[in-house]
Amino acid sequence: MTPRLGLVLGALRADQQADRVVPPSGFTAQLTSFTAGAMAFLAVFALALSLASGRLAERWEATLKDTATIRISASDDQIAVQTAAVLAVLETTPGIASARALSMDEQRALLAPWFGPDLPLDALPLPQLIELTETPLGDLDTEGLRLRLAAEAPGAVLDDHTRWREPLVRAADRLRLLGLASIVLILGAMAAMITLATQAALAANAQVIEVLRLVGAQDGYIARAFVRRFSLRALIGAAAGTSLGLLAVTLLPGVEPAGAFLTGLGFQGVTWLWPLMIPPLSAVVAFGATRAATLHALGRLS
Amino acid sequence: MITFNEAAYSYGGGELLADMSFRLLPGSFHFLTGPSGSGKTTLLKLCYGALLPTAGSVAVFDNDTRLLDRDAIAKTRQRIGVVHQDCQFLDHLTLAENVALPLSVSGRNMAEELANVADLVSWVGLSGQQFSRPPALSGGERQRAALARALILSPDVILADEPTGNVDWEMSLRLLRLLVELNKMGKTIVIATHDLNLIRTVKSQVPTRVLRIAKRRVQLAGADL
Repeated sequence: MTPRLGLVLGALRADQQADRVVPPSGFTAQLTSFTAGAMAFLAVFALALSLASGRLAERWEATLKDTATIRISASDDQIAVQTAAVLAVLETTPGIASARALSMDEQRALLAPWFGPDLPLDALPLPQLIELTETPLGDLDTEGLRLRLAAEAPGAVLDDHTRWREPLVRAADRLRLLGLASIVLILGAMAAMITLATQAALAANAQVIEVLRLVGAQDGYIARAFVRRFSLRALIGAAAGTSLGLLAVTLLPGVEPAGAFLTGLGFQGVTWLWPLMIPPLSAVVAFGATRAATLHALGRLS
Repeated sequence: MITFNEAAYSYGGGELLADMSFRLLPGSFHFLTGPSGSGKTTLLKLCYGALLPTAGSVAVFDNDTRLLDRDAIAKTRQRIGVVHQDCQFLDHLTLAENVALPLSVSGRNMAEELANVADLVSWVGLSGQQFSRPPALSGGERQRAALARALILSPDVILADEPTGNVDWEMSLRLLRLLVELNKMGKTIVIATHDLNLIRTVKSQVPTRVLRIAKRRVQLAGADL
């Protein structure tokens, strides 16, 4: 066992007498537990936000990555000719798995959310849409296809969704990172609060430390009495905060099939296990913060 | 055991103790005298590493205290029993728990030592008080409890700073008898006091040396005591 591991295990080991040398202090105990609980509650939401953003980014990426749309704008007598020409071009283009022209009913369904179901499409100069799917190899040469379409069907415009898909995916990715950064900040804030509470406890127990030193207590022994106490408080507080956070997430509206962002803010499947990491992580943060604060203070007091 | 080699201690720009050279030999009994504020407590603190000399050196068990880190000084202190005039205790623990505190800090198995704690508490005449909290004890009881705590690790050296300062003469004699008994068991004893009657009482029972602090220096006192 390495000396550092021995130090950590020693600090965690229960020692009834060592635990009792520091008198119970109600205020700092409650403060630490409350802080850990509040921070864990916020961490659950930050984690939920991060995971939901990740799911959204993946969905947008996966759903639209292998598809493209060709829009044909032409006069009524030209549109059928150009549609046939485009389909013929697509049949001979490498990297395309399938291509088909959308029917009027499908186009009406696409416009229904904006114009209602009774839209008289016949009266509107709508372009013809062709949906194409790329092969899994992703070897479609979009620039080459654009040039061929320009030659064969001047009214056809290729839209491979890159223009609006990439910013959305990038935004979702950044939102995910923001969620993770929030968790780091929350843990950092918790470490700062616990450090302050530890310093308050050390100041309040200066006499205890003096007596312990008088009888030959080493720094590790004195630190252990504080470290175990604060780690345990943080663990209990964070467990309570995480439980409340999970309950609140559970009470959020359920995920709709359409996957709207706000209704998808929650955990799915194994991701429900992720928040369970928050209490032990809080205890580890409290352990580090308390140990550093205690040893620093003991060095200053010597 | 403890060697002062031209040691001095300064604080706040002023020199409190200067040019101290003497040795505390194993099994010896020393009194440390001097007027109030002469530096008796400071000298005792130099003996157990609570203070470090600002000049010269103090070697405890052949280790220069200036070269020891905090943990090494703490280890050294486990071999030295200290009895303070104000008997610092942890007021939320019982007398027995306070006496057992050095066992806990030195990593001893408490379950195996319970009998020793009870014996020692009994030896200092406090067996009926072992579950009392320190604030409930009288001055003499606190002094005896502090002595028990100082002895629980069976230290080689016992340093007592005005151990009879807060007790009556009868209790002083009782405490002295305990210390003389310990000295006869081979322990090195150093008692800081300005009570000359106390010194005369002990001198009649065991060989003692008297170190007197005068004008910031330690001198071996003569037979006029």
